[in-house]
Amino acid sequence: MLNTLKGLGVTLRGALRPKVTAEYPKEHLPLDERFMGFPALTWDSARVEPFCTGCMVCVRYCPTQCMTAQMTDNPKFTEGVSHRKKIIESFEINLGRCILCGICVDVCNFDAIEMSHEHERSERLRNANRVDLPTLLEMGKTYQAKVGWKQAKSNAPSPNERETAKAAAKSAKALAGDGPESGDQTGAVDGGDQV
Amino acid sequence: MNGFGNVSGARGLTALSGSESPPSPGSEPGTVDMMVNMGPQHPATHGVFRMELRVDGERVLDLVPHIGYLHRGSEKLCEHELYSQIITLFDRLDYVSNFNNELVLVTAVEKLMSVEPPPRAELIRIIMCEFNRIASHLLFYGTFAIDMGAMTPVLYNFRDREKVQALFESVSGARMMHNYFRVGGVKQDVDADFAARALTLCDDLERGVDDSDRLLSENAIFIERTSGIGVISGEAALDWGLSGPVLRASGVPYDVRVEEPYSRYAELDFGVPVGSAGDCWDRFYVRILEARESIGIIRQAIALMEPGETMARVRQIARPPAGEVYAHCENPRGDLGVYIVSDGGERPYRLKVRPPSFCNLQALRDLTVGHYIADAVVILGTLDIVLGEVDR
Repeated sequence: MLNTLKGLGVTLRGALRPKVTAEYPKEHLPLDERFMGFPALTWDSARVEPFCTGCMVCVRYCPTQCMTAQMTDNPKFTEGVSHRKKIIESFEINLGRCILCGICVDVCNFDAIEMSHEHERSERLRNANRVDLPTLLEMGKTYQAKVGWKQAKSNAPSPNERETAKAAAKSAKALAGDGPESGDQTGAVDGGDQV
Repeated sequence: MNGFGNVSGARGLTALSGSESPPSPGSEPGTVDMMVNMGPQHPATHGVFRMELRVDGERVLDLVPHIGYLHRGSEKLCEHELYSQIITLFDRLDYVSNFNNELVLVTAVEKLMSVEPPPRAELIRIIMCEFNRIASHLLFYGTFAIDMGAMTPVLYNFRDREKVQALFESVSGARMMHNYFRVGGVKQDVDADFAARALTLCDDLERGVDDSDRLLSENAIFIERTSGIGVISGEAALDWGLSGPVLRASGVPYDVRVEEPYSRYAELDFGVPVGSAGDCWDRFYVRILEARESIGIIRQAIALMEPGETMARVRQIARPPAGEVYAHCENPRGDLGVYIVSDGGERPYRLKVRPPSFCNLQALRDLTVGHYIADAVVILGTLDIVLGEVDR
């Protein structure tokens, strides 16, 4: 009898607690800043082009092989507007295969891919979630605007600046006698050989 | 009595068609034994697990478990993945305690590479793992009560588990498949307000565990359904290779965190709750006590936390030297071990998982035979298996 009353007490107190759920399609619970939604490509508004150079690091390190990418010569480089010799031509992610692990973001040397807050992309067809470059950039722009995104990994130096940075890193390495510096990332194409 | 080879084919088919088999020697005269097929689509099997029961009326005479419905070939897949990618596969083994799975893999690779993660990273790992243990146990209290027809506790437990997952989301970016631990540390440092949030959550969880305790532990029906059911002695439990709460409920104080302290568990002060009878009630109550110990561990770990690095200086793509290593950790379900053979490459040559759920499941037949069909559900519930880990 006593234990029944105890249980009833728990139920009563539960009834008095505030509501914790939301009626999903009508209400949305707030997303955390670190929330990992579908990957999206970021947009370099200073040079009016994507950050992505199509180096394929993310493609190679994706555990589910859900993406494909192709690079091309950057016309803006010959014009002298951009420091990127190569630029992404086409990029496709099959979001139905993506497991939202964030490895692509980890390995990217240019901060060109980010886990956006986009998470509602239900489609009627199995392959309808294959998104192309314009959609990915659109998702990226929305995400950048929402969180006030700043490039963290590299400062997108001009070719000259990169040479100076490399030389500085080399001398620092020689002085410290230590492993390669983390600042030496801009020159490397493959994320796998970095420290 | 019956090996695995004896049950497939004709016997399996008769079970499915519902026809009866001849009486067993012990049955009452004039009766026939019946095959009852339970699962794989059965809510009480907590996944895709199938039990083939031979019953005499309500009594279970024999039980044959069938596994493999969730087999994804994880171990073989690991041979083709980089160590950083394997973490995502380990997230999917025991999918209600993802952090604990990640920990055992990174511990093994770090052991092989002789890498020491920074102290702050180790404490973050411990806090995450203990929160995950509580979340996993909360899920157990709820589903276990549902197995016996008590619908209320699961609602409260999911409410509290949701808070844990919200904290996980703010730390790792994902509620369940985190991919947060790295070989040599963790992906990124926690926020500045993490300690305060975690301590508030500890208070909430303490209340949540107390609620489950009050709702279930002393309930007359609950005690009637669980005490004296599925008894296993300490020696038998050791013989079967059981581990975790299932073993400790039988009075064997074996906990990997104490026996072979990994990470920074040696610095933390916590008790190992043990049961005495080794029945279903003990297996339930050991988990209640364990969740409380975990809350204590989290509070100590938060007090020990100091600012600092969260990642050791290692290559982003781990390449351990040739050799072999075995590491094991205390998961919510028991002793999860991983054995890695490395040929010096970026991918393991062979990776073997010792899944606690699978090993605990071995004792199911011995525990169940002689009890009622309804008790089979309760006994399976106390073993608290996760099929993602059983089948891999």
